[in-house]
Amino acid sequence: MAVSDTKRSPTRRRQPSNAKSILGLTGPAYLWLIVTILLPLAAMFYFSFLSDVPLPGRDWQVTLSNYAAFFQEDFYRTLMLRSLRLGFEVALWCFLIGFPCAYVLAKTIKGRWREALFLMVIIPFWSNALIRVFSWTMVLRGNGILESLLDWLIPGFGSLRLMFTYEAVVIGLVHSYLPYMILTCYISLSTIDDDLIDAARSMGASRLTVLRRIILPLSMPGIVAGAVLIFVPVIGSFMEPRILGGREGTFLGTVIEDQFTSVFNWPLGAALSFILLACVLIIFAIFQPILRRAS
Amino acid sequence: MASVTVSHVNKSFGEFQALDDVSIEFADGGFYALLGPSGSGKTTLLRQIAGFSFPDSGEILIGGEAVESLPVEKRNIGMMFQNYALFPNMSVFDNVAFGLMVRSTPKPEIKARVGEALELVRLSGYDERKPHQLSGGQRQRVALARAIVFRPRVLLLDEPLSALDKALRLGMQVELKRIQREVGITTIFVTHDQEEALTLSDKVGVLKDGKLLQEGPPRELYERPATAFAATFLGDANLFEGDVDDGELALSDGTRLRATAPLTGVGKATCAVRPEKMAIAEEGEPPLADHNLLEAELQEIIFAGNSLSYLLRRNDIHLRVFAQNRATAELQPGQRVRLTWRVADTIPVEA
Repeated sequence: MAVSDTKRSPTRRRQPSNAKSILGLTGPAYLWLIVTILLPLAAMFYFSFLSDVPLPGRDWQVTLSNYAAFFQEDFYRTLMLRSLRLGFEVALWCFLIGFPCAYVLAKTIKGRWREALFLMVIIPFWSNALIRVFSWTMVLRGNGILESLLDWLIPGFGSLRLMFTYEAVVIGLVHSYLPYMILTCYISLSTIDDDLIDAARSMGASRLTVLRRIILPLSMPGIVAGAVLIFVPVIGSFMEPRILGGREGTFLGTVIEDQFTSVFNWPLGAALSFILLACVLIIFAIFQPILRRAS
Repeated sequence: MASVTVSHVNKSFGEFQALDDVSIEFADGGFYALLGPSGSGKTTLLRQIAGFSFPDSGEILIGGEAVESLPVEKRNIGMMFQNYALFPNMSVFDNVAFGLMVRSTPKPEIKARVGEALELVRLSGYDERKPHQLSGGQRQRVALARAIVFRPRVLLLDEPLSALDKALRLGMQVELKRIQREVGITTIFVTHDQEEALTLSDKVGVLKDGKLLQEGPPRELYERPATAFAATFLGDANLFEGDVDDGELALSDGTRLRATAPLTGVGKATCAVRPEKMAIAEEGEPPLADHNLLEAELQEIIFAGNSLSYLLRRNDIHLRVFAQNRATAELQPGQRVRLTWRVADTIPVEA
């Protein structure tokens, strides 16, 4: 009995220290998140119920009018739909362009070529976002790089009129967020065993059937993760819409930014931000069954 | 069902010649094992027959029809993979139904045939399970059901049992043999496990360095290996090297061994003897006329319950002898013993 007791006690004694080490390891990260994200977010949430910025010399009281504004004015709802549409479209284009690329990287190319091609996908990440967007203005503007190139290839091609359009915003955003889709799709595609594809073909499946029945369902977690990573920042984006969209580049993100930087109506900006967040959460709740099945 | 003919097939990957003028006839309804070490080209050959890759030259016929330029999905073959390759996103039923589904089989027929196939592999009632809810042996059965449910002309098995533990493997061997016989499908089976090849197949082909060394029924191949490689790869063998002298094999120390038939030719020769064909002669036992006799030093006795392995040495030749555990005399390592075996068990082989 004595022997079995001494044998059992060390494992029992280890449990509290286990909990301590979990706390020690995760504590700093959670503390950082609370201080840098949750506290400012809580402050913003509070602001969104005020009638004015709570500074000395300003007259402010608690109100729901900022939220009411969104539901009273069609303008904000139109912007919301426009932003959501932008998010869907950018995610869709990223999928259409990124998935084939990820497939080739994961399944066809091996060794050093894969590394080189990966580098090309990741390099945009290393350059400053603002510089990236401004270089698109050089490409897209009238008589810019793209039009000159087309004119050289097809003399008398004329003008594309791309700059300061909705399409220009989509192009800029797809460029910025494409790497997310390629990387998430690459990860889930490279976990698909090549034998599964061979097995499906041995049973007589055409390439299209293999793609539809095997590859797409099995890479769905990556596609969904990529789409979520793209959708959320795109609907709140303001830099690409402003620089590439010009007058056409008014979205909820740019309006929110205006409230904070030029109009100085923080409460309205905060309220709009939380409505946007609520919209995202509602969309995810609706798609929850699909998202869960995918992952 | 159909026979498969591979004739003068060559395949190289860059500088590496994976298949070198291979010709094999796979009989209709037969169970043929392609046996060889890794890198011997056995899997490459299977992939050419399947249609995953195409030979550089040569012909492949399935049921008399030339298929060497058809892709895998047009060849109507069933294949089982080493790691089963079950679709993890589909239930057992959908996995098995896949080959029927892509052939646009009507729904009621799919249901009936999947049911039959699952019954054949003794997995009725597992329809709704997902692959991750099955044991290794059960996955194996699903993979087999999936490969034969659409009645392919040929069944190709790529090391199908190597991922199972030994007890399960023996059970599956029996099952595989039973199912193959019941369905009567031409089966080509790739393995590096010689025991598996001998147990399952009715014909074995030994491959090495992209060449077919020898083929024949398992027993014939085991009893009459043509090369030293076939003798050692397919089972255990003691090899004796020496010079041909008057139809006999003269070892370097002068000992003379007689072979199944008088040796022809001149110069060097090699003979192989299976360890279980040799015996340690009793003290004072007179030598038999149709036996070879060799003295050797017993080095080690390995006890394995019902059987014993003796490790012996004669000069620079290391020998193994297998015996049933019924030896009367107690032998000790270090002792000199006399080995005897029938002349008919001394097989001349190519070095």
